[in-house]
Amino acid sequence: MTFAHRHLLGIEPLSPSDITAILDLADKYVALSRQRDKHVDVLAGLTQINMFFENSTRTQASFELAGKRLGADVMNMAMQASSIKKGETLIDTALTLNAMHPDLLVVRHPQSGAVDLLAQKVNCAVLNAGDGRHEHPTQALLDALTIRRAKGRLHRLSVAICGDIAHSRVARSNILLLGKMENRVRLIGPPTLMPSGISEFGVEVFEDMEEGLRDVDVVMMLRLQKERMDGGFIPSEREYFHRYGLDADKLSHAKADAIVMHPGPMNRGVEIDGTIADDINRSVIQEQVEMGVAVRMAAMELLARNLPGEAAA
Amino acid sequence: MNDTLFTNARLIDPEAGRDTTGWLLTRDGRIADHGHDAPPSVEGVEIVDCAGHCLAPGLVDWGVKVGEPGERHKESYASAGVAAARGGVTTMVIRPDTDPSIDTPEVLEFVTRRAQADAPVNVVPMAALTKGRAGREMTEIGFLMDAGAVAFSDCTAVVSDTKVLSRALSYARSCGALVIGHPQEPILSKGAAVTSGKFASLRGLPAVSAMAERMGLDRDIAMVEMTGARYHADVVSTARALPALQRAKANGFDVTAGTDIHHLTLNELDVADYRTFFKFRPPLRAEEDRMALIDAVRDGLIDTIGSFHTPQDEESKRLPFEEAASGAVGLETLLPAALRLYHADVLDLPALFRAMALNPAKRLGLDCGRLTAGAPADLIRFDPDVPFVLDRFTLASKSKNTPFDGQRLQGRVLSSYVAGREIYRRA
Repeated sequence: MTFAHRHLLGIEPLSPSDITAILDLADKYVALSRQRDKHVDVLAGLTQINMFFENSTRTQASFELAGKRLGADVMNMAMQASSIKKGETLIDTALTLNAMHPDLLVVRHPQSGAVDLLAQKVNCAVLNAGDGRHEHPTQALLDALTIRRAKGRLHRLSVAICGDIAHSRVARSNILLLGKMENRVRLIGPPTLMPSGISEFGVEVFEDMEEGLRDVDVVMMLRLQKERMDGGFIPSEREYFHRYGLDADKLSHAKADAIVMHPGPMNRGVEIDGTIADDINRSVIQEQVEMGVAVRMAAMELLARNLPGEAAA
Repeated sequence: MNDTLFTNARLIDPEAGRDTTGWLLTRDGRIADHGHDAPPSVEGVEIVDCAGHCLAPGLVDWGVKVGEPGERHKESYASAGVAAARGGVTTMVIRPDTDPSIDTPEVLEFVTRRAQADAPVNVVPMAALTKGRAGREMTEIGFLMDAGAVAFSDCTAVVSDTKVLSRALSYARSCGALVIGHPQEPILSKGAAVTSGKFASLRGLPAVSAMAERMGLDRDIAMVEMTGARYHADVVSTARALPALQRAKANGFDVTAGTDIHHLTLNELDVADYRTFFKFRPPLRAEEDRMALIDAVRDGLIDTIGSFHTPQDEESKRLPFEEAASGAVGLETLLPAALRLYHADVLDLPALFRAMALNPAKRLGLDCGRLTAGAPADLIRFDPDVPFVLDRFTLASKSKNTPFDGQRLQGRVLSSYVAGREIYRRA
């Protein structure tokens, strides 16, 4: 098995075998993370810097834990508070960090393409932890692992992604990944929250949720950002929940064993009914968090193998 | 002595629509005669054997940004002048979107003085339509015309207040001034970096529907109908806007339109992995739009092609795509880029020179851009076939933001002449 990538910037450049390689390795790390001793030292001696230009608790914690379990030295930088405010450009920030010789750089940035730009300027491996509306590859990979473990396969499944597709990097990465693995993807949401040109993505688009959910294996809900709730994209929170919020009634149109996913954090009563989210027979939301750590461990290990100097060893 | 007899030349005559071998004689800075028979024997002139290379009117590049006043580090009249001479642009029609804007006769005089001192090519200025290009009060259109302004444009700052625009257009009509519009619905296109569609969605970039251009053009044409103003749309870049343009022309309104060489030679997919040198305003469009634009140039529906030369420094392009500045330098690449269309067999040379020399000159009331006897001897000699790979650091512009960096191009200017005087010869 070869994983011939220097960076993990998105799902787009990955092949199905790349995806399978990450998920297979992640499976091992799920087992490891359930042991009392969760520590291996495959990244021992390496430095991982988490640069978050946008607030994040969950993703940052997940990457931090993943790095620590693999034995890397992990440093978190809250970029909002630092040099950006002083007018330093993204590239200067990247060059400054690069001079500290990190091996793995985990970056989240509010603008699409910013992580690609940064990756061109540094010598280490860069992991995209979310850039604007572009991609969030580790989220799609953890979703894939969750699906594969719950359904026993990651192909020929019917997956509905519901909600704010237009502004969601999670949706983009998932559409790409699920498509590459030969699943049927349905997108459900009001037209104001659908990206342009969506008909060319090889997906089915539904404006009616019950119709869209009919007989699907997986229901993936997306978070609706607070700032989009009032008037601009949808008339109101309550009308949105009425038409697109996942409740037992709407879920009954999916397959009886359909699983419910959400990348978190959830807005209970906006996009998802609390009782569905907590239903341990349907909801795999907690598993997604667990898979997140494992998938990030796997991705970082595979990238670390390709670091310069390591290849010769 | 500037009198020259060009022999053995492939004469590109956009007015006659001809591309045939012949000779051309210049006297006292003007074209004296040309023909397709044996060259006349004339005394006391320099004879230039063109060896079968093309001899054409120099390009009239409508919509060039020079960074004076305000941004001389991006482009000065000296650097733009050299770039123009090398690129075969003998007349630069400059944009008023400087800092401060060219919106008073005083600023216009400064610009004219700078241009005369430093640029070897003709410089013809446009002025802002509204003060500070802010869309609130019209400029001194009459005084500015007296000072030499050939047209009035707020460039990409669309006048969104239609009351202001209707008054400015009416007033401009009374002065006989040509008004340039930027056809774009300003609210819908706010914040957009690319054209909406699959590519924009894949890249997660803020996008504008191609329809915003048609909405802008429809509005402007309605304003023209209302006021009777002379109007030119700076850049039409979408297939959807073309029927509106066609209708306006068929209705007999005094309307013309241009397009940007980049929209004729590149499409939205060229942005690829967020390459900011491919960020334009309006943004690059779909391939179908590009094909429709080529047809429109061939049919004469689109009148002019310009480079919309927009120098940007490295810092303003080395940013995430959304934040990066728009535009590209184009004075030196206008001709080789246009020759791509010739080599692709979609436009012939007379059609290209009609759009890049004759039509802009005619629309702006200039007597250049043609090979007719009496016209100024603004000429270029070029080899349309010579291949090269563009290295952006070889450009004469102070700014190096070209989307053609590293690309294979064909066609080099061998000599440029302004008023019969050779201002550039390729070494």
